[in-house]
Amino acid sequence: MERQLILRGLLAGGAGGLVAFVFARIFAEPQIQAAIDYESGRSAAQQTLDKAAGLPVEAAEPDLFSRTLQANVGIGLGMILFGIAMGALFAVAYTICLGRVGKLRPRTLAMLVAVGGFLGIYFVPFLKYPANPPAIGHEETIHDRGNLYLLMVFCSLVLLVGAVALGKRLTPRLGNWNATLLAIAAYVVVIGVLMAVLPSLGQLAANVQEYGRHATETPLPLTDDKGTIVYPGFDADRLYAFRLYSVGAQVLLWGVIGLVFGLLADRLLRPRTATPVASTV
Amino acid sequence: MSNLSAQTTVPTTTSTTIVLPVSKAVLWLVGTAVLALLAYYFIGVDQGAYSIFGKDMHIHEFVHDARHFLGFPCH
Repeated sequence: MERQLILRGLLAGGAGGLVAFVFARIFAEPQIQAAIDYESGRSAAQQTLDKAAGLPVEAAEPDLFSRTLQANVGIGLGMILFGIAMGALFAVAYTICLGRVGKLRPRTLAMLVAVGGFLGIYFVPFLKYPANPPAIGHEETIHDRGNLYLLMVFCSLVLLVGAVALGKRLTPRLGNWNATLLAIAAYVVVIGVLMAVLPSLGQLAANVQEYGRHATETPLPLTDDKGTIVYPGFDADRLYAFRLYSVGAQVLLWGVIGLVFGLLADRLLRPRTATPVASTV
Repeated sequence: MSNLSAQTTVPTTTSTTIVLPVSKAVLWLVGTAVLALLAYYFIGVDQGAYSIFGKDMHIHEFVHDARHFLGFPCH
């Protein structure tokens, strides 16, 4: 049975990844291209400034893959493989939850696990360390940023599991509704404290040293030595659109996983000798 | 709907009663989770914060757009 569930998880994940890829190709790619154009324009302006100041100018590295390849095949493969991986994790979580987290129909459980995956793996970490388009992010902080992001993902997942366990434990005493509310409240409080304690990306030592105190690594306007702006800061609307679409893609990904897996699991788990009574959906 | 008496006498199980013995399935579950985490690592993390193939950037550059869009920190 677990093998059949895992297979269905992979299928649902592939479907979710495919839908998220189509969405990304249409909505995210124009934003990514514009961000890369901003990055190129900015570094050209920086080079002009450096040249005028007599500083050494670094030559740009050649691209390993063309933009066309990255924006079509690369993002497609990345999104679909990510979907399959999430589908696999989803199936594992579903199999463990099955029959252990209360009386839920196969499809209801599928949607709840999908919501958990969306929140735990993507959205809660996103609230602290949101997705950034190219041009945002300083090379020298990638190690710290990577660690902080993974720590956030890990903690949000562990706390989510803890919240479910807490809810289960409180249910006999407080009833389903109150236990659920209390578990959610506990999760929000603990994750909120964690978010307050972890540093914002702009506050990393390397950033404070070079750019001063800022919340993020979003590029500020480029100024010459007199303080005149020679190149604008990163477009706020573009950043908003990119992040909104990023959330949209994950909603689609997890939504499709929940729906497709729910349908497949329902067929698999429904008793073989289904009586007409089973039609009370 | 035609069989109303059955509806009242047979207790309808609106939820699944199947509980899989995780101890028996543990190899499949752990194996799947490990492979999925490996995929997560290669799509999102490798050749960014970490690299297990040294100073090569091919995976990073190939899935570059997906990595940004999926929310991972990227270069």
